Amino acid sequence: MTTIASNAPASADRERSRTPDPGVAAARRRRRILSQWLFIAPAVLYMLAFFGYPLVRNVVMSFQQYTPATYFTGEAPFNGLDNWRAVFTDALFGASLWHTLLFTVGSLAGQFAIGMALAVFFSRRFPLSGIMRSLLLLPWLIPMVVAGTVWRRVLDQETGVLNEALQGLRLTSSTIPWLSSPDFALLSVVLVNIWIGIPFNMVILYGGLQEIPKEIREAAVLDGASPLRAFFGVTLPMMRPVVTVVLVLGFMSTVKILDLILALTNGGPAHATETLGTHTYQLSFLQLDFGQGAVVGNVLILISMVFAVIYLRANRDGLGR
Amino acid sequence: MRDRPLRPPPAAPVIAAAAALVLIGAGCAAEPDPDVYTVMNSNTDEPYATWDQEAMDRCGDEIGVRVQQISVPADQLVPKALRMASSRSLPDVLTIDGSDLPQFAAAGGLVPLEELGLSTETLSEGAVSFGSYEGTYYGAARAVNSLGLFYNEEMLAEAGVEPPETWEELGTAAAGLTEGDRYGLAISALATEDGVYQFLPWLWSNGGDERELDSPEAVEALEYVTSLIDGGSASRSAVNWTQADVNDQFIAGNTAMMINGPWQMPVLKEHPELDWAVVEIPVPEAGGTPVAPIGGVTFTVPVNRDHPEREEVAARIVACMTTPEAQLDWSTKGSNVPVDPGAAEEYREAVPRLAAFADQVQTARSRTEYVGTDWNIYSQAIGTALQAALTGEAAPEDALARAQSQVEAELRSRT
Repeated sequence: MTTIASNAPASADRERSRTPDPGVAAARRRRRILSQWLFIAPAVLYMLAFFGYPLVRNVVMSFQQYTPATYFTGEAPFNGLDNWRAVFTDALFGASLWHTLLFTVGSLAGQFAIGMALAVFFSRRFPLSGIMRSLLLLPWLIPMVVAGTVWRRVLDQETGVLNEALQGLRLTSSTIPWLSSPDFALLSVVLVNIWIGIPFNMVILYGGLQEIPKEIREAAVLDGASPLRAFFGVTLPMMRPVVTVVLVLGFMSTVKILDLILALTNGGPAHATETLGTHTYQLSFLQLDFGQGAVVGNVLILISMVFAVIYLRANRDGLGR
Repeated sequence: MRDRPLRPPPAAPVIAAAAALVLIGAGCAAEPDPDVYTVMNSNTDEPYATWDQEAMDRCGDEIGVRVQQISVPADQLVPKALRMASSRSLPDVLTIDGSDLPQFAAAGGLVPLEELGLSTETLSEGAVSFGSYEGTYYGAARAVNSLGLFYNEEMLAEAGVEPPETWEELGTAAAGLTEGDRYGLAISALATEDGVYQFLPWLWSNGGDERELDSPEAVEALEYVTSLIDGGSASRSAVNWTQADVNDQFIAGNTAMMINGPWQMPVLKEHPELDWAVVEIPVPEAGGTPVAPIGGVTFTVPVNRDHPEREEVAARIVACMTTPEAQLDWSTKGSNVPVDPGAAEEYREAVPRLAAFADQVQTARSRTEYVGTDWNIYSQAIGTALQAALTGEAAPEDALARAQSQVEAELRSRT
């Protein structure tokens, strides 16, 4: 800055007017910095109060013996790694971790594939496409607990509509224990969550598709690319930033899911649908062992954080280019 | 579509958070109104909330204060009360489930009722033990409940089946009543308190108890329940059914009998076309005593360090809400059984249909009687074993052995 300024003819005047009173310049700079901070301050305070404090508390809590008595006495003695040891040696933690992985990957894959297919389908113009698209948004508007309760009835082994329909169409001879067998329960929960997540994926991917100039795809097709090849070779790579957003946001809302599973199966039967989310809920609010609940909560936060960092990096790259 | 925002504007959460902050601040600063007393309970369902408010108004008039009811959903009552405890804003009277009472008593959060002038002399032994923790009486109950065997009179008459009294009779009856889309018996076998509560009569009536889950008596009890489901007399969906779901199945005619409690009465009353009756839960051998869990809520007075004088008025409210007359009034409306023996006798005559429950509570016992604050550990382990056996994931014997070691490990990590 200074080197350029000193070369400029007018700089001599400015230099002179500034040099006599360095205090004013410094004060002005200080005020500018202060006003910058004032603008950031609410956001920083908000973050510290609503993200920083609970986060730190949760980490500290996982090293404490935190029981109902703590709420009355305020005393929560530190017990080192006891909570962590208890959680990690419990077979249920390993099972929950595994179920969380299956649930998240399965849900994301299903939501994304179907959401993308629908987005592509609706990107052409045809009669009633607007109405149909709006109808497809319905699952998104329904509260999770309501969706879970309704699906629990649909999937009931004896009185559920799904089994009755399947038997009516002679697709199965015996009823399928969607939610009452440990072998099927996780799959059923994933299917319901896919149903819930399709609209979110469809809407965002549809938006992304609209951003891609039609000419580019047309050019590829003119050059002899098949529709499938044009999609995978041209459309998909151009949608990379949108796809990252959809997948990472989807991941973060799926990995910590709680209400849907509680409404559908309560983590059962026989813990077949126990995830990190339901596990931390049960430890904290049913067993009232808040220390151990915090441990599982911390693991969840850690997993989410890894993906948040990936998201931020991907976003920064996207903006940089 | 494209020009619509996909996510709510970020201002909304900020405003909400700011509002929450203001509310939190206000909550801490607010001094209680000297003439208004609060009672927190889980009466979010009507008509219970209205009935209770009527009782509270009556007691308020008697004492000369206003009594306000705060109702929160049952599953949020304990977490909410704990949060209120940490900010010293607990209500004057806390209505909690008998099985949660030890947690609060052990934490030193409740005032012994005898210190506040409430006598236990006139109370039955059961009523005192239900509201006590380690020998101190903290919670006054006005009504208790338990489980019974509901049956559809029409279906049983049609099949020529008598209401079963033993396990063997129940098995035969359930099998005989199963036909087509109809099951003989419906139970709740959810891994949460709904299902665990329903498993206890089998466990306890057979001489087993929660402190020794791998005992032969416990294994036999679990094998019996498993046999009902494996034999097809009860639905496999039981592992997903709450007690309310079981009631729905019974009303829909999908089952001829069900295990359930008197709290289903408001829903059952909406179906007067249904002919049903209740008997005590069948026992392993003829002549045995059915032992079912006792359920219900107690009125407790939380410690109020800032305003100790309020504790005494709170105790007067508790006393007024639990007089024999108040018990009878509440029980007849809400289909529970009064804890006062005299009131229970009158109740038996007033509501003969539910007399089975009045009998059942005589021998019922509390879930926390032996294990106190550790009940939730046992409950979790029993729920897991129950589901493992019913879904065929483990043999009853292995499931219970695992439950026992799970409890032991958990207890070790707690000390």
